[in-house]
Amino acid sequence: MDNNKSGLMKLDPMTPEAVKVKKIFWETEDVFTIELVYDSDEKREFRFKPGQFNMLYAFGVGESAISISSDSSKKNSLLHTIHKVGYVTNVLSKLKKGDIIGLRGPFGSSWPLEEAKGKDICIIVGGIGLAPLRPSIYHILKHRKQYGKFVLLYGARTPRDILYPVELESWRKKYDIQIEVTVDRADSTWRGHVGVVTTLLNYVELNPEKTRAMVCGPEIMMKYAVDELIKNGVAEKEIYVSLERNMKCALGFCGHCQYGPSFVCKDGPVFSFSNVTDIFEIKEL
Amino acid sequence: MEDLSGILRNHPFMKDLDENYLKQITGCASNVAYHEDEIIFREGDKAEKFYLIRTGKVALEINGRDKGNLRILTVGPGQILGWSWIVSPYKWHFEAHALEEVRAIALDGECLRNKCEDDPKMGYEMLKRFSHILEQRLQSTRMQLLDVYKRV
Repeated sequence: MDNNKSGLMKLDPMTPEAVKVKKIFWETEDVFTIELVYDSDEKREFRFKPGQFNMLYAFGVGESAISISSDSSKKNSLLHTIHKVGYVTNVLSKLKKGDIIGLRGPFGSSWPLEEAKGKDICIIVGGIGLAPLRPSIYHILKHRKQYGKFVLLYGARTPRDILYPVELESWRKKYDIQIEVTVDRADSTWRGHVGVVTTLLNYVELNPEKTRAMVCGPEIMMKYAVDELIKNGVAEKEIYVSLERNMKCALGFCGHCQYGPSFVCKDGPVFSFSNVTDIFEIKEL
Repeated sequence: MEDLSGILRNHPFMKDLDENYLKQITGCASNVAYHEDEIIFREGDKAEKFYLIRTGKVALEINGRDKGNLRILTVGPGQILGWSWIVSPYKWHFEAHALEEVRAIALDGECLRNKCEDDPKMGYEMLKRFSHILEQRLQSTRMQLLDVYKRV
């Protein structure tokens, strides 16, 4: 019996359920989002916590672990924003409205939002790393008064690779949130920041003693972001990172995603940095 | 209205700097402002100044010849623009232009170099502060070279 951290109990977590593609659209040249509903009953609800992932199964091709990128309070459909990088994601990118795929999940740990109430929140994301944190952003914006200052620092490769640009602009206009976006390279038509995501900390006034940071992106980017946060006085125990490994069973049985003494699928993907400090620097892991 | 030494004292680059040094540096400082899209300096020009940005955003670009101008970094309030004034032959390696209205304190490079020669303790203090900036910029450039978000 599955006992994942969403609190849902399933008879067989290894058996995918059939879900139907309600919508599929491209966010950038190589990143797309699919909206899924239950094939049998479109009103049936999905439940997950921000930060969790699902295993999406393209029949006859294989499974891929994909973070959920939708609002966890909207339960009738699920969004997954996916980087087209491998065989399975390539097949998923060619799905059409009405196609059926398999889904297992949700799996894994979630971002520590309840315990962060009353604190300032600093989210640092790079590339596709914005997608796994989008549910947290929705949650914080929905419960804005329960949190202190809210900062989102986002780094993308080029202006064309920025995810959810319309939504970013709308959050900026509608809510009490400081959003800074930078790109690694740009031509002279771009009016925004250029430089690595950590340079955005120069534009933020953090109160390190009451800041909780959530970081997601390529591991090397997270390493530098964590270093900079620590230099700015944020305690290790207040920094959370989301790790990515080759997830297969998603239940901690197969060992493919072993990370030191942990399994990323079961104990993660979200870890307190203080729990992984010693192994974060080991490049072989 | 805040005077030059007050503005300098409150700029993050000058944080906790000895008052005597601050007084000497103020002698090399002047207030400057640039309009949106104004060129602040060009690649290859003599690097006579450096700037403590107070407001606005500045883009640094390198001429990629057939690739056109490539924007490699932006700097904003509280940050430093330019370090070529400290390294011979004192030439700018990039072009800088204002992306917005920019207000800054310009420091005369030759004036400051002379004061640093005369007072090596102050010179060492300035060098430590600039080394920190250079280290940060080098690390950032390395990260950009890694191209961590590249499609694989």
